[in-house]
Amino acid sequence: MAPAAVDDWRPGADRATLIWRAQLLAALRRFMAERSRVEVDTPVISSAAPAERALDCLTVVDGGYLVPSPEHALKRLLAAGHGSLYQLGHVFRAGEIGRWHNPEFTMLEWYREHADLAAMLVETDELLQAVGVPTASAPQRYREAFGKITGLDPLIATLEELAAYATTTGIAPVNHADDEHNRMFWLDLIMSLAVQPTLGLEAPVMITHFPIDDAVLIASDPDDERLGLRFECYWQGVELANGAVELRDAQVAEQRMQREFAIKQLRGVQPPPIDTRLLSALAAGLPPCAGVALGVDRLLALLVGASNLDQVLPFAWPRR
Amino acid sequence: MAQFNTNQFKGGLKIILDGDPYAIVENEFVKPGKGQAFSRVKIRNLKTNRTIERTFKSGDSVEAADVLDVDLQFLYADGEFWHFMEPNSFEQYQASEAAVGDAAKWLKPQDNCRVTLWDGTPLQIDPPNFVTLTVTETDPGLRGNTSGGGTKPATLETGAVVQVPLFIEEGEVLKVDTRKSEYVSRANEG
Repeated sequence: MAPAAVDDWRPGADRATLIWRAQLLAALRRFMAERSRVEVDTPVISSAAPAERALDCLTVVDGGYLVPSPEHALKRLLAAGHGSLYQLGHVFRAGEIGRWHNPEFTMLEWYREHADLAAMLVETDELLQAVGVPTASAPQRYREAFGKITGLDPLIATLEELAAYATTTGIAPVNHADDEHNRMFWLDLIMSLAVQPTLGLEAPVMITHFPIDDAVLIASDPDDERLGLRFECYWQGVELANGAVELRDAQVAEQRMQREFAIKQLRGVQPPPIDTRLLSALAAGLPPCAGVALGVDRLLALLVGASNLDQVLPFAWPRR
Repeated sequence: MAQFNTNQFKGGLKIILDGDPYAIVENEFVKPGKGQAFSRVKIRNLKTNRTIERTFKSGDSVEAADVLDVDLQFLYADGEFWHFMEPNSFEQYQASEAAVGDAAKWLKPQDNCRVTLWDGTPLQIDPPNFVTLTVTETDPGLRGNTSGGGTKPATLETGAVVQVPLFIEEGEVLKVDTRKSEYVSRANEG
């Protein structure tokens, strides 16, 4: 994928793909406009960053962080009474480089007031259909999808059972001594390398009700406290969108942020400060709402049949 | 010891795993939007040439293999080892049968080979792309037939067998492409 140095001034995407890209962006905006969602463009540079353990932000030399998603800003607008809205723009994630990852990528993130998980599954399916994706197959719960491939129940399997599955299928990491007791580590590993590649091979599939353990701003399932009201949409084995019913309790949010902050500190890095403005917004009152974040470059790549993001971006990371 | 972090992984990088040297063939970055990142790599064992897949946790480090490619002159084979020499320093290296592998059937004394060394030991021998070798055995040539149309096997001085045009005779010197095991021309026409 790395272009020859002498030729790397050229774009990775051809003209037909960039025309498709422009039409896709227009179609996404049209879909939102038809539903009276207001487009906003919040700052790309923020003074604080999300606390999530698995999100590393690029820092700005003059102070601040390039946002890994517009989530915090959009929730502040929601709390201030701006109603259902969306942002379509660039977001940034440090260290995420690969066939399906570019540290700078285009995300559509939208929030809808008074929507539940079922409503967002339907709306995500409708949005994808509107841009040419086949109708999604029936949603599956994380527990079922995981169990179908591995024969294990991800909620009750022991650490030993998870590790044994990873070892016998040849996906266990070379070094994992630090993570022997980290349940989410094994679940992420098995989900990413064994389950995900089998998901949505023809039509997209929504996987719902993920374990709550590493969630920060996601509402937990009132019927089962071990689960979060979250879904992921997979198509052709690629993660395309992530949605959730949003957490509204400022105290729970702060506890979870502190937990994530401590996890990052244990790794020996100084985490970005916790976003106190978001906590203030939650304390003031976030209306009941649900949101979805969609990776637009991946969506385009899957639509045009590209095998990596370099083929659908004008200038992917190695050509920046 | 030099180390490579997973964020430096790319095709061609040489690493040590379980005591053996490997070359990275392909590296795939895998990360759920809300979870742990991994590198799933295809790696080729430089001793056995076997390709396997392994997972690394993102951010982990792995020992770099001190592997380099040098041009060495083939001297002779003693039945157990193949002996090579660095033409400037005259330093000699001996390669095992496993390292020489298929290259053995092309090696003629004085020919230069690309040799992959790991900690000073030959791991892999690549014969020159083109070699000139004498035909030691082939069916009698068909006189007058100089325009192709049919081939026959010919055994070369190193033991390799290639398909040659019908007009080639024993004792002739041929230019051969070792990558395709193919006759190119008579050496004096090359």
